[in-house]
Amino acid sequence: MTPCSALEKLRPRISRREAVRRMLLAAGGLALSEHLSFHAYAVPANARAKAVIQIWMWGGPSHLDTFDPKPDAGQEYTGSLKAIETIVPGTRIVELLPLTAKLADKYSIIRSMTHGNNGHETASYIVQTGRQPGGRVVYPCAGAVTSLFRGYDAGYKGLIPPYVVLTEPQGRFDEAGFLGSRFRPFATGGNPAQTPFAVEGVVAPGITTQHQHERRELLHQLDTLAQDLPADPQIVAATQAENMAYDMILGDGAKVFDLSEEKPEVRDRYGRTKFGQSCLVARRLIERGIPYVTINYPGWDTHKENFQVMRRQLPEMDKGYATLLQDLSERGLLDSTIVWWGGEFGRTPKVMWEAPWNGGRNHWGKVFSAVVAGGGFKGGQVVGASDARGEEVKDRPVYPADLIGSIYTLLGIDGTAKLPNPEGLDTRVLPTADEGVKMAGQLKEIMPS
Amino acid sequence: MSFTCFPPGKHAGPSVPATAGLRSRLLPVVVGLLVMLGFAACAAGTPYEAGVAPAPVGEIDRLVFARLAEQNLTPAEVCSDAVFVRRVYLDVIGTLPTAIETRDFLQDRNPNKRRLLVDRLLERDEFADYWAMKWSDLLRIKAEFPVNLWPNAAQAYHRWVHDALRSNMPYSQFARDLLTASGSNFENPPVNFYRATQNKTPAGIAQTVALTFMGMRAENWPSNRLAGMSVFFANVGFKATGEWKEEIVYFAPASTNVGALNGEPRTATFPDGTTVQLSPDRDPRAVFADWLVTARNPWFAQNYVNRVWSWLLGRGIIQEPDDVRPDNPPSNPKLLAYLEQEFAASGFNVKALFRQILNSQTYQLAAIPRSRSPAAAANFAGYPLRRLEAEVLIDALDQLTGGTESYTSEIPEPFTFIPDNQRSIALPDGSVSSPFLEMFGRSPRDTGREGERNNRITASQKLWLLNSSQMQQKLENSRMVKFQTQPDKTPADIVANLYLGILSRFPTPQEADLAKAYFAKGDMSRHRATVDLAWALMNTTEFLYHH
Repeated sequence: MTPCSALEKLRPRISRREAVRRMLLAAGGLALSEHLSFHAYAVPANARAKAVIQIWMWGGPSHLDTFDPKPDAGQEYTGSLKAIETIVPGTRIVELLPLTAKLADKYSIIRSMTHGNNGHETASYIVQTGRQPGGRVVYPCAGAVTSLFRGYDAGYKGLIPPYVVLTEPQGRFDEAGFLGSRFRPFATGGNPAQTPFAVEGVVAPGITTQHQHERRELLHQLDTLAQDLPADPQIVAATQAENMAYDMILGDGAKVFDLSEEKPEVRDRYGRTKFGQSCLVARRLIERGIPYVTINYPGWDTHKENFQVMRRQLPEMDKGYATLLQDLSERGLLDSTIVWWGGEFGRTPKVMWEAPWNGGRNHWGKVFSAVVAGGGFKGGQVVGASDARGEEVKDRPVYPADLIGSIYTLLGIDGTAKLPNPEGLDTRVLPTADEGVKMAGQLKEIMPS
Repeated sequence: MSFTCFPPGKHAGPSVPATAGLRSRLLPVVVGLLVMLGFAACAAGTPYEAGVAPAPVGEIDRLVFARLAEQNLTPAEVCSDAVFVRRVYLDVIGTLPTAIETRDFLQDRNPNKRRLLVDRLLERDEFADYWAMKWSDLLRIKAEFPVNLWPNAAQAYHRWVHDALRSNMPYSQFARDLLTASGSNFENPPVNFYRATQNKTPAGIAQTVALTFMGMRAENWPSNRLAGMSVFFANVGFKATGEWKEEIVYFAPASTNVGALNGEPRTATFPDGTTVQLSPDRDPRAVFADWLVTARNPWFAQNYVNRVWSWLLGRGIIQEPDDVRPDNPPSNPKLLAYLEQEFAASGFNVKALFRQILNSQTYQLAAIPRSRSPAAAANFAGYPLRRLEAEVLIDALDQLTGGTESYTSEIPEPFTFIPDNQRSIALPDGSVSSPFLEMFGRSPRDTGREGERNNRITASQKLWLLNSSQMQQKLENSRMVKFQTQPDKTPADIVANLYLGILSRFPTPQEADLAKAYFAKGDMSRHRATVDLAWALMNTTEFLYHH
């Protein structure tokens, strides 16, 4: 028996593709056996949304310089940036988002987000879990909750894990919390604006397919212990994991990341930037049924030279974001896909003109903006308001749990459902009344009745 | 004579002064000689077996082999020297043997060389590093959420555990110090035992104590049993000081949620059902420790010997080792009772217990089974394969390639400086981590259960090992590859050296031929063939698993 054929015999009897489908989880430490589970969670027929694209504006984007401009507050507050009209009469946004302004009927702006926390890590946790930290329980974020209720346990069969982050992990808090590593996102690494998009572990630049085959054969020839222990359950599991990995490396599982399948004009529309091409990858992932994609978009922590940064970065964001909304809409995907734009907080409304800030803005958790589109959210609306200088909530406060709860409602995820807790604690999808988390009600004004 | 497969580096272990000229002249001869030695060792069959059936060398073996015979099970052969050297390094100090260490051991003709190696390893600093890592999982040593020890308290606590293991503190004293300590979390580190408990109610602390020192899951006990034990922990007080994040743990007779101790006498019940009257002048934690930390206690010594057995042999005599209950009996009661007696009689001497197990033939059986059944596994008929722990694996890869990891913490840690050559097994704080460690199932250190560490292989881990840019860069930039591709080396040298360094043995003739054939492929460069061979060996079962 050649060493190779010994290993070939270890292949699972189920079809290769089925094995991969069932078992590939590039995210955390999913055990092979755990994955053969029945569908513990059903998707209700009335769920409006099937998927979420979260554009995570890491650092905390200035609300005054994006979706809540205050042109009458004076140069002390507005700096050099002006507001422009959108296609929705009366709704104005910053002048650096002209493409987004033309699509204002597709999204609604929440101008009264609030939680009051000014620390990046804590605020990120609050915004993405809806919880206040300080207790002894680490809650999962919205992406992990969605991958629990809409992932493999709910009949998702994709090759790609159900919660993907483009491209770098957020790293500031444990996204999966007590749900454990199985619900961590798969962070692609690499840069989709480069060719090839080197998805970590999947696409290895500089190693040809032939080279991959040659060295895999060498490995099989030299894996003497595996040949001597063909029935060992550890080796059977390792062989299955290896086959799945090579299905991603050599098979068509990773085609979703191959942007050369897109027309050059389409790629140009999104912008040939890391963010623009990430938006395109997100659309491709949604087309393949991945329920939750986060685009981790750093660069908004503008303590210094806020206006220079905005002038440099907002046009790139405008192009990618507007094209994503337009493209999803043209493909009929926007009705079933929520696009959530926002960061962990806003920024100090009053500009710090002095050195060393030179026109900078600090953290501002009292009031900030978020934007939601698609998946059942109505477009063309403004929810809540900040005061004349963007310093306080003026009316209709929206707390993180209100926004996340609205997203769950549209996804058909029951906010009172239990989250499996390893210590047996009674932990629910949304905060219950006795947790003391501030809430002001879901976004009924922009949700279907 | 000097012979190194790898240039000395920061992880290279004891370095042998290299005499370059001599080395280059002698190298082919030495390699040839060593290859012959290697072949001789594996002539019996696989490179993994010594070619002899095991014969009992002590009471452990007599009890294990008798139990196997009762069930008509045949033990595996004794493992080869090459398997032993690798196994015992990884199991005892969590560290890959260097090529030099491996060669020295394989060449040593002393019939007692295995015993002598065990003695040396038990005195290495990495022994304390590695076992402090395991104990830090059980004690939940972690600065941040949800344990919230705070960085400098986590470091102090880890240092205390590390020093206790290095100095071979009796296990009875280790447990007593943790249970009875009072004072500042910074100045008296064992007080952090109570601070690292998520649930600080008396019942929550009692559950942690039962899990840690008795291997029992008290949340499944009848409520009166847990309530009786909780009374011992009803007077643990916590208070802040003027120092940032300092916390005092103390005996608080008047501050309790089950009734003040300075009133009427209160009765507490030990888990074995006996009761005791508590008095206000004695900390009830000390009363509990007096009951627990004795040779007569039915759980204390038993749980520790069972845990050590499971750490070294892959499964407990009671399995899982932290799920002790009447309806989960030991697979070999006599063996467990024997180990327990010996451990108590030695004065709870931890290294003596390790030494006794490691020198048994039972521990030294090969991983190639002669009997395949669940009963064979439960009765230790062979050594079971286990994937290397996340920390051990990345340290082994970095030791070979000279690579380093970057670690991050969930919050910035002003008290933590992590040098470039930090070994993962020696990381003090569970909040300091890396994507690799997370992917490969390092313990989150939230609950203290052994099962929190996840050593199961996944497709994502395989993607990393087979095809990630990090792995490829480690190989491409490695000193190992640069050293091996120097012009004076033949493909046969390179193959033998890579085997010795990566798999801790020499190739069999068939393996050597297959590897040399790869070098001889049409358009194959020497560099690429060397990188690919190292890549292949690092992806073998032999490299990735304790075996």
